[in-house]
Amino acid sequence: MDLLDKFDPLIAERARMGDSQPDPLNIVMDEMLSATEAMIGGRKIILAGTNNYMGMTFDPDAIEAAKDALDAFGTGTTGSRILNGTYQGHKALEQALMDFYGMDHAMVFTTGYQANLGMISTLAGRGDYVIIDADSHASIYDACAMGNADVLRFRHNSVEDLEKRLKRLPAESAKLVVLEGIYSMLGDRAPLRELIAVAKAAGAQVLVDEAHSMGFCGETGRGVAQELGVEDQVDFIVGTFSKSVGTVGGFCLSNHPKFEVLRFACRPYMFTASLPPSVVASAISSIRSLKNAHNKRAHLWGNVERLHGGLKKLGFNLGTESVESPIVAVCLETQDQLFGMCRALLLEGVYVNVARPPATPTGLYLLRCSLGAGHSADQVDRILEAFKAAAHTLQLPLNEKLRAASASENAKAPQARDAAVATG
Amino acid sequence: MSNKDLTNKDIYERICKIVAPFNQKDVSLFPATSFANDLDFDSLTVMDLVAAIEDEFDIVLPLNMLPDLETIQQLSDAVEKIIKR
Ligand SMILES: Cc1ncc(COP(=O)(O)O)c(C=O)c1O
Repeated sequence: MDLLDKFDPLIAERARMGDSQPDPLNIVMDEMLSATEAMIGGRKIILAGTNNYMGMTFDPDAIEAAKDALDAFGTGTTGSRILNGTYQGHKALEQALMDFYGMDHAMVFTTGYQANLGMISTLAGRGDYVIIDADSHASIYDACAMGNADVLRFRHNSVEDLEKRLKRLPAESAKLVVLEGIYSMLGDRAPLRELIAVAKAAGAQVLVDEAHSMGFCGETGRGVAQELGVEDQVDFIVGTFSKSVGTVGGFCLSNHPKFEVLRFACRPYMFTASLPPSVVASAISSIRSLKNAHNKRAHLWGNVERLHGGLKKLGFNLGTESVESPIVAVCLETQDQLFGMCRALLLEGVYVNVARPPATPTGLYLLRCSLGAGHSADQVDRILEAFKAAAHTLQLPLNEKLRAASASENAKAPQARDAAVATG
Repeated sequence: MSNKDLTNKDIYERICKIVAPFNQKDVSLFPATSFANDLDFDSLTVMDLVAAIEDEFDIVLPLNMLPDLETIQQLSDAVEKIIKR
């Protein structure tokens, strides 16, 4: 028996998929033209699935700061935060986060994945409870597997289910409720106010992952907790630099007076090398500029309204009824539809993410679009045209109810027969 | 009758009833039926099943116990232990 034999079904599946090109799970960006365009397989492609929400990857100030740091501090730290890997930049980055969030303590991790892994597995130990949402990100599930706490899971975004499960727990035991501001697959928001209220009533502490809401939710871009006015109720905020901040890295913030001790207890913080100085410098630059990026936020939300409304009109079944986040998930029924659409979209010049079970909730096959402040309205229109053409190519059955609505619209203007009819 | 008076057999039978709607391939259920191998449940299905069992017996069945609970009998034994704790 060979150790890798267990992956034979996966190898077979990958081989099957590789037969049709381009392979959505084997995309190579040969050249980056901007925050929103790349060369892929010799084609110029609009990127509509990169989580680059604030378009910061080519921010001139961030690039300049990174170049200066490269020259001054070198290419890497070659060490852990608690040994030789803390430079003045790491401390300045933690200060920039504390200023941005108005909180007392910050710890910077090498990725957001490690921030969740480390915080959750360290905070909740043997005899404690971690209570997570069913749709939690893989890093949260993995944190639970790594730690020694008892793990409970409540129905996605269900205040009632969370409350019921909390009531069964011993009053005296320590409890950590883990929530996300925006859930990355469907792009739906958590009712944080209500969820946090029942968590607090049960004596639990609360961690909120704002990975997909930092930068554009709330008055100064701190996330959904700020937008809903519940920041003072959140014990730990986790986030990432890999989305709105446009680089890589993760963090946790807290006002807890004992927070600093976690630097000496949290293994995914201690036993990995720290972020390179150039990354740290660009993160500082971007975080500072996000606070007052009101125009970018407004532009981003305008883009999302345009894409969401346009896709709905074309008859696509979307993850959320109205706009809740820059993530617009198109729900499909089969893997063939998913990969077929992704391929057809690439041929039309648009890249979106494919997401499928078990990464998605309840067996959904998702074409996951995410827009950024870097997209122009014209690019959004081109994305919509690509969807229309790709659905046509695939003879995709679009939503019945919407189709009926748009068919009656078409009846009024018969010359404008669109994809909704063409795919019938 | 309080949950504490349930016999292992009662618990087993109630669990089989809860498993039924998840059992889409209509596999016959026995004490040694395995969730992963016989019923082909993926991890998400197993977690949904756990939630249903917690609600049925009004207990806490932490997900970290799942790796040790491969069969319906093992799950019944674990539920019995939690109820009588
Ligand atoms: C909710 C959530 N948390 C954490 C992460 C991890 O972030 P990072 O890319 O920094 O590892 C992600 C992104 O993949 C995420 O979606």
